[in-house]
Amino acid sequence: MKIRVNGEGVQLKQPIQTVEELLHHLNLEKKSLIIEHNHIILKKDQHRESQVSDGDQFEIVHFVGGG
Amino acid sequence: MLSDNRYHRQMLFEPIGEAGQRSIQESHVLIIGVGALGSSSSEMLVRAGVGKITLMDRDYVEESNLQRQQLFSEEDVKNQTPKVIAAKNRLQAINSHTIIEAKVIDVGVEELDSIAEEVDVIIDATDNFDTRLIINDICQKYRKPWVYGACVASYGVTFTVLPDETPCLQCLMDHIPNDGATCDTVGIISPAVQMVVAHQVTEVIKLLTDNQDALSGKLIAFDLWKNQQMELKVATLKDENCPSCSQAKYPNLEYQAQVKTAVLCGRNTVQIRAGTQKNFHFIQFKEHLKDLNLTNFFSNPYLVSFEIDPFRIVVFKDGRTLIHGTKNPQEAKKLYYRFVG
Repeated sequence: MKIRVNGEGVQLKQPIQTVEELLHHLNLEKKSLIIEHNHIILKKDQHRESQVSDGDQFEIVHFVGGG
Repeated sequence: MLSDNRYHRQMLFEPIGEAGQRSIQESHVLIIGVGALGSSSSEMLVRAGVGKITLMDRDYVEESNLQRQQLFSEEDVKNQTPKVIAAKNRLQAINSHTIIEAKVIDVGVEELDSIAEEVDVIIDATDNFDTRLIINDICQKYRKPWVYGACVASYGVTFTVLPDETPCLQCLMDHIPNDGATCDTVGIISPAVQMVVAHQVTEVIKLLTDNQDALSGKLIAFDLWKNQQMELKVATLKDENCPSCSQAKYPNLEYQAQVKTAVLCGRNTVQIRAGTQKNFHFIQFKEHLKDLNLTNFFSNPYLVSFEIDPFRIVVFKDGRTLIHGTKNPQEAKKLYYRFVG
């Protein structure tokens, strides 16, 4: 399965079904972040149910504290 | 002649013009934190001719700051000059017309509560989420816009919060990230700082010159090293049950005023701040320490520092204390009580 994250192609070797699993796979589960999935902004409680399909596009922005 | 020419190029820029320039010169901007982000944004705004700028920061200049904190010099490192004082000196040399108020303080609820009403906009240039959430709620309480900005490594993120219009930081963040990624652990490159500030200051100038229609309205992030740019329209995330921006409960303004310790992320340092240190007599304290023949004793008008192997202790004029060399608040408190009381 191939998806795009922040404009870059990402090849997923193992099957990923939900956005929550995707975040885990990308090692992002600890971050506070906002996700746009195929141009729709997801609310946090949608991460578990949103299904990931081949060719999906994601924009992921995480909050950082440095300054 | 200087006054005729000084802002000419900025006024030529059509959305600003003469009227915009007048507004800029009549405005008051509060910048919280004068590290990398605050150094850069304050310099841009002073050059732009902002009438008054208030700077707040708790720290003094260290050698590792010089790589990106553009207002500071080696001299400031040598003198352990508080950042806001060093910044003010440099900014005032750049533009003597701007009124610059420099406050060596650890920004908390009280400090912001007493100033928020009189400023036009607040720029977030802090290095931690605790302070950002206080800024978030104060700005809701006083209906002031503020511009979140942060960066680490080659990544940066920024968002303009407008009360009653946009989501606030409390709406957008479901938890405070604690993944250990700070400027002290994964580093920071200077262009990432400047990119965040370019967005922040542009938004501030739009706000000050009555160009609200031009505001981005987006959560903007980038990674300069990975060549990525993200812009998310997050308006739909405004939470109707948000305690900060919808219910006016301002949860981040509660539980203050007691003695507080904070482990400064990645710096192997604990900060101790007494609730109301009004009785702290800095000059007497300094005299007293001088008699103790402490290792590497140093003082300037704003702070004293000395070493108790393996720790370095820095005590500011208001009694606030940094214990370098530990991450353990209990251990730090012991030293604090031993020397500061």
